[in-house]
Amino acid sequence: MIDREQVLHVARLARLELSEEEVSRMSEELSAVLGHIEKIGELDLDAVPATTHVVEVSNALRPDVVAPSLPRDVALASAPSVADGGFRVPSPQAG
Amino acid sequence: MSVADLTALTAAAAVAAIERGELDAGELFGAYREAAAADDLNAYLWVAGEAPEPAAPGAPLAGVPLAVKDLFCTEGVPSQAGSKILEGYRPPYTASVVARLASAGAPLLGKTNQDEFAMGSSNENSAFGPVRNPWDRMRVPGGSSGGSAAAVAAGSAPWALGTDTGGSIRQPAALCGIVGMKPTYGTVSRYGMIAFASSLDQAGPLTRDVTDAALLLRHMVGRDERDSTSVDFPAARKRQLAAGKSVIDLPSRESLKGIRLGVPEELTAGAEGIEAGVLASFDATLKLAEGLGAIVETCRLPHAPHALSAYYVLAPAEASSNLARYDGVRYGLRVDDAGDLVQLYTGTRSQGFGAEVKRRIMLGTYSLSSGYYDAYYGRAQRVRTKIADDFRTVFASFDFVVTPTAPTVAFELGALTADPLAMYLNDYCTVPMSLAGIPAISIPSGLSEGLPVGFQLAGPAFSENAILDAAFALERAIGFDAAAGRTV
Repeated sequence: MIDREQVLHVARLARLELSEEEVSRMSEELSAVLGHIEKIGELDLDAVPATTHVVEVSNALRPDVVAPSLPRDVALASAPSVADGGFRVPSPQAG
Repeated sequence: MSVADLTALTAAAAVAAIERGELDAGELFGAYREAAAADDLNAYLWVAGEAPEPAAPGAPLAGVPLAVKDLFCTEGVPSQAGSKILEGYRPPYTASVVARLASAGAPLLGKTNQDEFAMGSSNENSAFGPVRNPWDRMRVPGGSSGGSAAAVAAGSAPWALGTDTGGSIRQPAALCGIVGMKPTYGTVSRYGMIAFASSLDQAGPLTRDVTDAALLLRHMVGRDERDSTSVDFPAARKRQLAAGKSVIDLPSRESLKGIRLGVPEELTAGAEGIEAGVLASFDATLKLAEGLGAIVETCRLPHAPHALSAYYVLAPAEASSNLARYDGVRYGLRVDDAGDLVQLYTGTRSQGFGAEVKRRIMLGTYSLSSGYYDAYYGRAQRVRTKIADDFRTVFASFDFVVTPTAPTVAFELGALTADPLAMYLNDYCTVPMSLAGIPAISIPSGLSEGLPVGFQLAGPAFSENAILDAAFALERAIGFDAAAGRTV
């Protein structure tokens, strides 16, 4: 059901690189799980609204007040690479 | 008192002993720290090195320490969600519920092992190795809160925090012979909980008995401005204003007179795959309930057999979105092999995530991808509505729905790792309540083949007090002997 091409396409979307062995295992395992999941296709759900929230909450608003947030040095402390007070990343254009 | 004497007390008994001046909180913390450091079940990923500041005078939890699942952020303390991609991560802030419990007088004892990002039912998906079940070390403790369950069952923690997305508190509690409760969605803040599936994730207590579960939950609940999906109990404000009273009562009920228990055929005898020994323990518990005055009747949850399918669309879909944040930029692992930005993301994620997490990200990405959304995610959200409707219908004539918590007792390490679908079936009886957002508790109902069996009791949203009361009455009638799991 989920062939090799589809696995590679979805892996690209998910920013995952799979080994050859992972690709074939993923194809088998996802097909088995989706086969089970597809049973919900048998239900008549046309008139049923989708659940968006299980407990009724409407307009969870808070006052719009300026408050201190995480200081920059603390926010950057866990970053693997930092430059000029920001998170350092390779250029999106490099390649 | 010896370490064994100190750690034999339930948390509520320890609180009472400290308040009477018979027990020193520092001594108790020391005993548990010693027990946790000596743990050989791989239940802990981190144990507190030094004693905490003494609890404030009059703090209601009196300094009785707490084990916390790894995925709760704890400031300056490793919080890795069982994943290599967060190895060594020390967050700059603490999860609201952990902070709330600390200020109520429950200091952090340790961080407990778990399935990576809470994805799993056996704890074998932890990047830091599996946890062993204290009842039989060749068997799994369940998951994903397996470290929390094993620690409480073994007596190396008085109580623990876990999270439940599709059964991750209730199933390990069942497999380890302890009490585990998933509260109503939204009643406990998710702020600082490393997210798996945000519309389902809920924190809850894992404890030795029902009273401890009520006591811990009492100090967990309440709206948090930092989690816009969190809610107060409907009656909370009035009650608190009226008498400075808690929202969660300590249970005291001894009879179940007039309580109507619904037994859904779809999740009991009518379901495939529930072991005979588990059903026998379940039926024996129903007899005890009748003996306490309960009315036990069959009910129907017609869409429950589809719950697992809907869950395995919705949870992976939400996970694939939530886990997009692990990209090697702000925290955690970074695999930077002189490539471009996309290679940084791809390299980091491919090396950092384990097999089950990759599988769920793939599943979720697939079902959300162009052309498949309506067939999978859209339909699953509608199935979810039907499941919630089924429960509403049942609760019009019943107080609670009761089922076995898990279809089997604890299985052997490695038994299901090759078959993801078989592993997912562990959550067959717990996922429907998660999708409906309603509260449910698992209490030990006895043994099958020498291993604990869990009995699940679920009620309408915000019925926590009623559930705890009924579970308390049943717990007394069952008289489960947890000693065999106590290895400390």
